[in-house]
Amino acid sequence: MTEAAHAKRLIAIVPALNEAATIGRVINEIRSVDSEFAILVVDDGSDDGTGTVAEAAGALVCRLPFNLGIGGAVQTGYRYALANGFDVAVQVDGDGQHDPSQLPVILAPLYAGEADVVIGSRFAGVGSYRAARVRRLGMHVFAAVVSAIVRQPLTDTSSSFRALNRRSLSLFAVDYPHGFLETVEATVLAGKYRLRLKEVPVTMRERELGRSSLTIPLSLFYTAKVLLAVFVSLFRRPALRLEEEP
Amino acid sequence: MIPFRVSVVAAIAAAFFLLLIFELIRSRRLQERYALLWLMTGAVILLLSVWRDALRLVAEQVGIAYPPSALFVVGFLFILVVLLHYSTVISELSERNVLLAQDIALLEERLRTHERATESLRAEGA
Repeated sequence: MTEAAHAKRLIAIVPALNEAATIGRVINEIRSVDSEFAILVVDDGSDDGTGTVAEAAGALVCRLPFNLGIGGAVQTGYRYALANGFDVAVQVDGDGQHDPSQLPVILAPLYAGEADVVIGSRFAGVGSYRAARVRRLGMHVFAAVVSAIVRQPLTDTSSSFRALNRRSLSLFAVDYPHGFLETVEATVLAGKYRLRLKEVPVTMRERELGRSSLTIPLSLFYTAKVLLAVFVSLFRRPALRLEEEP
Repeated sequence: MIPFRVSVVAAIAAAFFLLLIFELIRSRRLQERYALLWLMTGAVILLLSVWRDALRLVAEQVGIAYPPSALFVVGFLFILVVLLHYSTVISELSERNVLLAQDIALLEERLRTHERATESLRAEGA
């Protein structure tokens, strides 16, 4: 990495719910990519000792007293990063789906000052991401809707493999969606706050443990719910006054 | 027969109700996860007051002689569901409240133990 990169303080935020089996490996992999990374595991009310395993692997651990859902867990990490003066935060999920070796790809546009939010996309060319057809269709629908809203072509708005700079970090620490598939809504929010978005192609791994339990009618219901949330967030008064461009 | 005035008044009331919910969501005083049931309530009442044949059909099927009463019944049922939903929400919140209070008490105890330990370490050093 460049010299400028090393002047920045980096934190990897790892939301985890019952990922004791994979969390240790995720932590070690992040560290082996860049030892400068502070690693914060946000244990979202696990009952399989995820937090203890993460601590043993040398990560900082925030234990939430009960399950807040992924949005609430990630925002805990953003608040920690903001309060402790980190310049760059990257989300890496605790289930091992995000490949830490792709971190330099996601961080590059931030270092180059090209974007405030960088999204690692599964559908932008590299790698082959396999998922049930209905699930993929939903992802493409969200991407199309959000692209139209933020007036920028995006291929994967449901990816949670993302990096933030100080500017986007300080906004998301205060205002972050807590619903299902919060990343879709967060992308709209980023557009609303006039943050510069950039997508980079990444490869992702298959989920190591556990499978998505969504049935088709349930996926349809959730799709409708996410679209409603996106629609609502379009009209909602922002929690923060928009900053002037520096 | 449904008096025309009943339909008009019900439709206007339902429309105002929907606008109010929308404004509450927009101004961030209502989270959309709690607005979903209210939106459905408003939408169904609006639909039944505008679509008079549907209301008549519902009333006939259930055996209500005076169709506008069916509007009351539907509204009443939705309000029951909303209230029941709130009861579950309150139950969850009060459970979490207890957990939070306990967590704070435990944290405070740990903090004080730490403070005492640092204090005595400093006294030894001096």
